[in-house]
Amino acid sequence: MNIASFAPLAVLLPILGAALTFLLIRQPRAQRTVSIALLSVTLLLECWLLASVWEGGTAAVNIGGWLPPWGIVMVVDQFSSLMLVVSSSVSLAVLIYATGQGMADGDRDAPVSIFHPTYLILVAGVSNAFLSGDLFNLYVGFEILLTASYVLMTLGGTGPRIRAGVTYLVVSVVSSVLFLIAIAMIYGATGTINMADLAVKLADLDQGTQNLLHVMLLVAFGIKAAIFPLSFWLPDSYPTAPAPVTAVFAGLLTKVGVYAIVRTETLLFPGDTFNTPLMVAALLTMIVGILGALAQSDIKRLLSFTLVSHIGYMVFGLAMSSVAGLGAAVFYVAHHITIQTSLFLVTGLIERRGGSSSVDRLAGLAKLSPLLAVLFFVPAMNLAGIPPFSGFLGKLGLLQAGVQLGTPLAYALVAGGVLTSLLTLLAIARVWNRAFWRKPEDAEHPDPVLLAAPGDSATGDRAGKTNVTLLPRTMVGSTLGLVIFGVGLTVFAGPLFKVADQSAFDMLDRTAYIQAVLGEDPPVPAISQPEPQEVSK
Amino acid sequence: MSVNLTLLTVMGALYACGIYLLLERSLTRVLLGLMLLTNATNLLILTTGGYAGLAPMFSKDTAAGDYNDPLPQALILTSIVISFAVTAFMLGIIYRTWVLAREDEIQDDAEDRRVARTPSFDVEDDSVIPVETSEFPLTMIGSDGQSVSDVPAGAEATVQVADRTLDADKAASEEQPGSLNVTPPNKEGGGQ
Repeated sequence: MNIASFAPLAVLLPILGAALTFLLIRQPRAQRTVSIALLSVTLLLECWLLASVWEGGTAAVNIGGWLPPWGIVMVVDQFSSLMLVVSSSVSLAVLIYATGQGMADGDRDAPVSIFHPTYLILVAGVSNAFLSGDLFNLYVGFEILLTASYVLMTLGGTGPRIRAGVTYLVVSVVSSVLFLIAIAMIYGATGTINMADLAVKLADLDQGTQNLLHVMLLVAFGIKAAIFPLSFWLPDSYPTAPAPVTAVFAGLLTKVGVYAIVRTETLLFPGDTFNTPLMVAALLTMIVGILGALAQSDIKRLLSFTLVSHIGYMVFGLAMSSVAGLGAAVFYVAHHITIQTSLFLVTGLIERRGGSSSVDRLAGLAKLSPLLAVLFFVPAMNLAGIPPFSGFLGKLGLLQAGVQLGTPLAYALVAGGVLTSLLTLLAIARVWNRAFWRKPEDAEHPDPVLLAAPGDSATGDRAGKTNVTLLPRTMVGSTLGLVIFGVGLTVFAGPLFKVADQSAFDMLDRTAYIQAVLGEDPPVPAISQPEPQEVSK
Repeated sequence: MSVNLTLLTVMGALYACGIYLLLERSLTRVLLGLMLLTNATNLLILTTGGYAGLAPMFSKDTAAGDYNDPLPQALILTSIVISFAVTAFMLGIIYRTWVLAREDEIQDDAEDRRVARTPSFDVEDDSVIPVETSEFPLTMIGSDGQSVSDVPAGAEATVQVADRTLDADKAASEEQPGSLNVTPPNKEGGGQ
């Protein structure tokens, strides 16, 4: 039995869920049940896929029976299935969080009836992008998730959201157009868009053409992954969206871009042509991002800048083109999706509890809600890379790989990585000191709820909304679950690192992927003969 | 492989106009720019399929120049549908902007402006003399049994903020940009 035949379900189930929830638009309760149930089933399926390839192996399925390189191919390997499991776990936690928020607020702030179908389509797009073995299908996956994200970002249609949504939309469309142009050029040059087939045929093109196609793909994915200098749009647009939406965007969308870059660098254009520019970009992304974070007083914006900054670590790992570096990058992606999302979810809770997400206006939360303090502290220390958390392990792996490489630039990146880690700690410590530790009287214009006696803090009157539950159990529960999942990445770091290293080895080796798609007897990429008929078309 | 020069020229013109319009501040023009860009890309994909007028029939012995590749046309259909959806959504956004702000222009980010105006001096982080704000003031007993403190007994603790001197116990509460203790940023220097 080919396990990959079940892979399309990871895309189809969420889409089916979207259709069902759209039909159930007038029954919020049924809608919630359907979307959570279908997403859980999807997650279970993906766990099974991951379990089947845990020991190694790559499987591919031809959609509709069309043989590659003509048909659409979906490929399950360690990297893609690991990404699927992590992303679906995170999406499920955020979905539960969002339904909790919707129930607590009486669905007045956000049209939740639209939320569920759109959210499921977003998940389908992410899964499609991770599974795709075909450049155009990857583009379609990107478009599915982007279109859903436009709707989620402008949910409610308030002034700031529309303003941020326009920036986001225009930037995303431009990057998609660049991607599409790159696909057209690649098709013109090679006559195929199947990634395994391209891996064989791109090597026959002359170096100049290869570089052009390579750069176009890198720029298009670089915008989506928010790599400096293409990251300017992210801190501007993410923070204004509703808390759960920002959380899922921060966790998933940029990582899909990183995933695409990893595939480009390993499968399509192996070798080290662009390693130096990528390393420089990684260094700048880390440093500029974290310096931006230090200037912010709003926690959501601060986290958006740390998000940009930590993308630099992943690019660093993949730019080393070594098994150690790429393996650490794979582990870091899994770690960062979880941690960044949990921090944004906690920030949503802080905003509810403290009435603001600006550190200037927050104070004394550690005393008011010790649970919230723990929920913030654990992922925050994890993000900053304090031992023994997974952030530390991921960074350690990257630094070791950098030292192994031993070039001056690699040492510069190692130094930059350590510095970024320290500055992240500084940024996080500022939030902690102000929002959690100082006395409420020291805050500027604190929300009345901060100054209220601890006894009557279960409910509060705020701006016309009476009896708002400050910390609904569902929201805290899902955040707690995700934080525990993040800690679990630390506990099971050994096996995870092993899988990450193995997947890195397979990706750099490429034969497993190409054989899974094109069959047991493919032309060996390194010494393949030019095929004039296909190439000159 | 031969290409249709007219198509290429049209494509180039569409790209040029599209990029020009994209750089405008008016949202409607940005939308038109995006539409031109996507359509130019569709033409580019079409060009990769081969010369017009050939049949999309392929067998192993057909030479590469003798048939038209149908796959790009399928790709174009998909990309047309996608750009249609995005255009429709963008129109909705533009209408919403018009309803909310009565203008068809991209607006500045308020938080960005605020961060740009914030002075680099932050009382809590950057004060010359650290003010003791903890609940447990730092006092120690010296070897002679006398209490030893940062502040000499009887003297008023003061804080040097920018160019003025303040009482220490008042300084901690004053950190808001624009408050009296902080020198207002210079008009030119604070902005972009």
